[in-house]
Amino acid sequence: MTATDPDQATDPGQATDPDQATGRDQATGPDRVAGSGQAGDPDGATRRTIEAVWRIESARIIAGLARLVQDVGLAEELAQDALVVALEQWPRAGVPPNPGGWLVSTAKHRAIDLLRRRTTYQRKLRELGREIESRSEPTDPDLAAVLDDGQIDDDLLRLVFTACHPVLPTEGRVALTLRLLGGLRTDEIARAFLVPESTVGQRITRAKRTLAAKRVPFELPARTELADRLASVFEVIYLVFNEGYSATTGDDWMRPTLCAEALRLGRILARLMPQQAEVHGLLALMEIQASRIRARTGPSGEPILLPDQDRRLWDRLLIRRGLEALDRAEALGIGPYTLQAAIAACHARARSADQTDWVRIAALYRVLVHVSPSPIVELNRAVAVGMASGPADGLEIVDELADEPVLASYPLLPAVRGDLLGRLGRYDEARQEFERAAELTRNARERKLFLDRAAEAAAAAAGAGRHSRAGNNTTPGSIDSASGRTRVVDPTAG
Amino acid sequence: MRYLALLRATRITSPPPPGLMEAIMQLGEEATAAGALLDTGGLAPSAEGARMQVSAGKLSVTDGPFAETKETISYALYEVRAKEEAVEWTSRFMQLHRDLWEGWEGEGEVLRVYGPEDFAPQS
Repeated sequence: MTATDPDQATDPGQATDPDQATGRDQATGPDRVAGSGQAGDPDGATRRTIEAVWRIESARIIAGLARLVQDVGLAEELAQDALVVALEQWPRAGVPPNPGGWLVSTAKHRAIDLLRRRTTYQRKLRELGREIESRSEPTDPDLAAVLDDGQIDDDLLRLVFTACHPVLPTEGRVALTLRLLGGLRTDEIARAFLVPESTVGQRITRAKRTLAAKRVPFELPARTELADRLASVFEVIYLVFNEGYSATTGDDWMRPTLCAEALRLGRILARLMPQQAEVHGLLALMEIQASRIRARTGPSGEPILLPDQDRRLWDRLLIRRGLEALDRAEALGIGPYTLQAAIAACHARARSADQTDWVRIAALYRVLVHVSPSPIVELNRAVAVGMASGPADGLEIVDELADEPVLASYPLLPAVRGDLLGRLGRYDEARQEFERAAELTRNARERKLFLDRAAEAAAAAAGAGRHSRAGNNTTPGSIDSASGRTRVVDPTAG
Repeated sequence: MRYLALLRATRITSPPPPGLMEAIMQLGEEATAAGALLDTGGLAPSAEGARMQVSAGKLSVTDGPFAETKETISYALYEVRAKEEAVEWTSRFMQLHRDLWEGWEGEGEVLRVYGPEDFAPQS
């Protein structure tokens, strides 16, 4: 953790902060860590407790402070200062019985001190006759009330919309969101995205600077721009989710954490904006997709496609939560995330692959094509139609996509085509398509899968008409979405 | 990571005070809003439950109540990034009992539930 002002950690004024003194119970404080932590052992249990409390509380604290100081960067620094004080004091004095409240009040005092200093400074400037721009300064009662619970939900929402503000590049939004709302450290974010820590640090610094330079206000978006701003928030969260979900190689232990973090953000958001259909749609989509995580890779990390997954390994609790979220979404309205969730739900409800309601899935894709048209959604529809009403109908749709520039080097186009051709008994053409798919993919595991399918098709061509696995498999992989920016995992692909 | 928190009462000297339930609901709301609480439930006394056992090659079923005085009274399922977070939420839950229910004693337990991360391929 970095504090902006290390001196403040040992500020003697903090040790006698009245709020802290009344909040701390010496009899119970140390008890909370007894048996696992030693007083004065900052690397031990107390430190981990502090980090846990920080993860629980930091977003709320930063959000409340940001309203006060109107600057998320500064708010984060003030909150970090409170964390540093905790790291300094709790190992000695024990964890206070209300650790969250302790952090809030410490951070609040830091902010008030800062604003008082600023106010004094500005008054002095004014006395000197300087022209300065100043917004109305809050009065003391405002300051005292600022971090009280009443407005905290609005503050959190403001923080979400600010961190995901469209003036920021996508990667800046992602880093800032994970940092301010997820409470992740810079090195954790770097590890999760397989980039150097300094890169993430720069992204965060630059994002904060951009927000300040462009004078992005810490406020809720006006109704007229809400849809755009929401889309930006959803994009960030789903991007984080997919960054974790599409990592099938399993060599990075942080990636499941990214899925969990995106889910957590989605759950928080669903509470904050219960009237927005697509919040629940996005959450439903993530819950249902996450329910399959355990089933979608084999013992050596190989991807297991949806039709081949052992559905007993699906997480029933996440499916239940996903279906509940989908109900809420559908009651409020239908958008692209809700439609994708509805498709994912069709799979979740099917007890075996051959019980899948492909007719419904094909119909949902038809609606999705209208709501959020893209060649990739259309390709997914072709898969569904191929399953619902036969490979010839699916092939018809795929063939219309042949000239789409977006799909020119997209391996799943030939893969889907190969699959449909194989099911029509046109094994030689199917083999060629799978070979082309293998050439196009940049993922080694996917390449092997396509080459296996090509070999199966070749064997089927040689054995003319003998039953082949090439004929009854659906198409794999993760796909890129309409926007071309968000990676979207095809709900039909597992 | 997912953790199951179990709460047991070991000493109850009075009926639950009126404010406790409200405080518990409030805390549950907070944990849900923080994206941490997946599921929660209260458990009826063991008199309404049963216990199964296989011993010496024989399966037996015993109806409650069971002899010991500890009753498991509730569970909560958390999705968090570290054990300490589950401990923190459960500590807050127990703190409410301590603060609001005179004479109440009990114990909490936090158990990690295996998740996808435990089935990740070895690489």
